[in-house]
Amino acid sequence: MDKVIIAQNLSLSYKEFETIISRATFSIDAGSFVFITGASGSGKSTLLKSFYGAIEPKQGQLSVGGVNMNRISTSKLNFLRRHIGIVFQDYKLIKEWTIEKNVMLPLIISGYTSDVSGSQVQKLLGHVKLIHQAGKYPLELSGGEQQRVAMARALAHNPILILADEPTGNLDEYSSSVIWSLLEGANSQLKTTVVVVTHHIPEGLNVPYIHYHIDAGNINEIA
Amino acid sequence: MKSLKNHISLIIALFTVLASVQIYVAVDRTIAAYETRLKDDYSVIVVANKAFTAEEFKSMSSMIERSEPISTMQVLDRLKGEMSQKNLDLLRLTLPKFYRIYLNRYPSPKEINSLQHLLQRNPSVERVEGFAQTHDTIYKLMLLFKNVVQVFSVAIAAVTSLLILKEMRLWQFQHAERMSIMALFGAPVWLRSAVLFRLAIVDAIIATIILCLAFFVIDYYGFLIAQLKAIGISVQLFNFVNDALRSLGIALGISVALTFMIVIFPNEED
Repeated sequence: MDKVIIAQNLSLSYKEFETIISRATFSIDAGSFVFITGASGSGKSTLLKSFYGAIEPKQGQLSVGGVNMNRISTSKLNFLRRHIGIVFQDYKLIKEWTIEKNVMLPLIISGYTSDVSGSQVQKLLGHVKLIHQAGKYPLELSGGEQQRVAMARALAHNPILILADEPTGNLDEYSSSVIWSLLEGANSQLKTTVVVVTHHIPEGLNVPYIHYHIDAGNINEIA
Repeated sequence: MKSLKNHISLIIALFTVLASVQIYVAVDRTIAAYETRLKDDYSVIVVANKAFTAEEFKSMSSMIERSEPISTMQVLDRLKGEMSQKNLDLLRLTLPKFYRIYLNRYPSPKEINSLQHLLQRNPSVERVEGFAQTHDTIYKLMLLFKNVVQVFSVAIAAVTSLLILKEMRLWQFQHAERMSIMALFGAPVWLRSAVLFRLAIVDAIIATIILCLAFFVIDYYGFLIAQLKAIGISVQLFNFVNDALRSLGIALGISVALTFMIVIFPNEED
């Protein structure tokens, strides 16, 4: 099976003498659903950041989608990010843009025509039950609705990999269920690899998943 | 409101640069028109002991446009009552020939000197009067005025460019969140910074329109043109096609180039 993420002796740190992830070796298969858990400050969000190039490996090797993340060039990183969908705990929506345009962002970046991106956005807003809010601005929506918009944005360009950082951390039950069902759908129907960083793995998931736990900088697979 | 304030800051800065450039252009045009007027009025007087044709003078220097003899009849007429006709005829024959030489452009003091030397090299030319001193003073005053305006324009352009750069850094800071979100989804630098370029282009167009309106008002009320006409200068201070296009080009050039600068060399604090 193809590997989407390969880490070999990967160490991550923000400061010179403070290692957050230490010599981790693991791989994530294409089409798999992966949870990364750990205590607060254990480095799970840092690890996720390294997958989309927000932090460079301090030591070891990291490959995402076949792209070597060590000293990656800006153009290569942009290319990789155009094939990744990211969901953040704080949503990261552009507040000056409408919901519709926010969802369209990855399609604009990838250069899709307005016809294609328009119909794709309508479809996704329908999936996240926000079609009637398309013309509104992010700050006019609740937190749960904003995260559903962020989820629709992450799926807009049919990415090969979805990275989600605490996607349901502050959400109500309904919004959480919409988010999980979308992630499940992307994984089971589109075979998109999904990596979720979370404190708690939700119960009743309908897809098989792999669970990594971070403890004291080490990454262990939980059987 | 804050955004409007930022727009106004950039528009005023761009307008100042454009106005200083246009003032320099207008001064240059005014001086050129004044030079033409001076050229038409200016002539070199040549005293020769033989008759010269216009062609002979022209062959001496490419600066010489035309020449005309100065009649001595007026002087001789005044002596008519005091001298006999025979002596007057004798005097007419012995009097040197006077010529007024017109040039094809307004000469610099150096050019006048070299023309004087050139003419005096001819053995038949006895004296050349270039009225260098009067001419020199006017010319130096004109050059001084032109240089002062030029230095003033360059200084204004430099200072306002720095202000524009500061303003754009502020814009970059205001739009940093949007740009960083776009970067997370792989937007190239030009797409991330499109908002800055759009703002820069819009403000450049607005600044140019305000400049055109300002010069339209000056042109419409005509007080400056009337003052220039009073000293015999007829000049167009602002050409609503060429000058407007040049101003738009300058405004777009400055704003887009400075946007490029802040995009390519982002502030280390960002």
